[in-house]
Amino acid sequence: MTAPVQTGTGTRLRRAAAGPASFLRATLAIAAKDLRSEFRTKEALNASLAFSVVILLLFSFAFDPTVEQTRALAGGLLWLVFAFAGALILNRSFARELPNDCLDALVASPVPAPALYLGKTLGNWVLLMLVELASLAVFGIFYNAAWTRRLGALVGVVALGTWALSVVGTLFSALTVNLRLRELMLPLLVYPVLIPVLLGAIQLSGPLAMGEPLAEEAGAWLRLLVGFDVIFTALALALSESALVG
Amino acid sequence: MNAIELEDVWKFYGDFPALRKLDLAVPEGACLALLGRNGAGKTTLLRVLAGLMRAGRGSVRVLGADPRNPEVRARLGVLGHGVALYDDLSAFENLALFARLYGLEDASRRARQWLEKVGLGASAGSLVREFSRGMRQRLAIARAFLHDPELLLLDEPFTALDDRAADTLQELLREALARRRTIVLSTHHLKEALERATHAALLVHGRLAFFGERSRRMLEDPGWLYREFGEAA
Repeated sequence: MTAPVQTGTGTRLRRAAAGPASFLRATLAIAAKDLRSEFRTKEALNASLAFSVVILLLFSFAFDPTVEQTRALAGGLLWLVFAFAGALILNRSFARELPNDCLDALVASPVPAPALYLGKTLGNWVLLMLVELASLAVFGIFYNAAWTRRLGALVGVVALGTWALSVVGTLFSALTVNLRLRELMLPLLVYPVLIPVLLGAIQLSGPLAMGEPLAEEAGAWLRLLVGFDVIFTALALALSESALVG
Repeated sequence: MNAIELEDVWKFYGDFPALRKLDLAVPEGACLALLGRNGAGKTTLLRVLAGLMRAGRGSVRVLGADPRNPEVRARLGVLGHGVALYDDLSAFENLALFARLYGLEDASRRARQWLEKVGLGASAGSLVREFSRGMRQRLAIARAFLHDPELLLLDEPFTALDDRAADTLQELLREALARRRTIVLSTHHLKEALERATHAALLVHGRLAFFGERSRRMLEDPGWLYREFGEAA
């Protein structure tokens, strides 16, 4: 023992005031922890990125699609890749907490379960976005697509779709973390729930990835994406305590 | 006032009752030695008290409120079987993370103080995965104590500790008791636990077979509790 730490009832530790600010601080601390940990090991990032690139390359070589064919399949192909590559990242989200019983320490801490869940979701969203942006660049090169022409709108749509993937995937990642077959269970549970949002994201991403404007009916798909994000975020936050403590 | 109050608490794993009709009141400032053979329910009880799982039935009050209340959890220190440290973060990053999660305003300074206190100041920037077992244990002890908890829940804390980590923990427990912190300590090491304890509880098959103040007789003959109450429940 060296330097004593001043503690005791007479010198109570200063704690940050509870409220929205402390909720946000805890959320960001959890997200930053997950990102720092992942950037050091790159376990999920490398696997997810490699999977995305390989699928896009194989598909390109196997079918050698024309511009017309690419226009028809761009949205579906991209979101198929995003969804499967995303599962690799989402599976790691809570599995990362298993060694050394770290999840117990997080759940025992005063961080509200919704903040813990939101931090995890935010970390997953950032990782997924990185993989997806890299995949879009690969898609642009190998499919000769002008994906940067409407970059703002495309990134916006991808961000909305990815938030839905993160929200649902992180919740199910928490629920399946102790299952022996969690790698299998997570996609089986997540994809059926995501069908509406995948449909919307495919419809919106297809033309944007080819550098073309959105059709008139795009507004309805966009509202579906936003509505799904809002509803499932609220639902997941409400269920987070039960998912983490049981 | 009581730091812990249990009333008719049951916990089931499927149909199996791991805790059966527990009634217990631990006063503030007490050191409770939670005794029992493997499978008696010690870890389950500590997890219920820490808010890591809910009781199936009954009332659990910790520091006057439900253990899932964030304000209660901010005043709990938990040391379980695992070290609860991130291998891919440095020692400093681990402690600073938990200091932030516990809402301490001076998280970085606090983390550095505790690294010095447990003798890991020189290894603050090293990743936990590079640490020896003893270093990890000392860091885990620092994590459990760094927010100055009012109630410490320690599950077999001396098991597999090296000499230095055991000394660190002994010293911290002495300091905590001197400041009237409440400690619940599950252990198989009867003699050591009873020497420190003010109270003892014996769980047998999930039932509370004995609870009371530690007596001279327990100190003189640590096995007496098991012989007297161990098979009765």
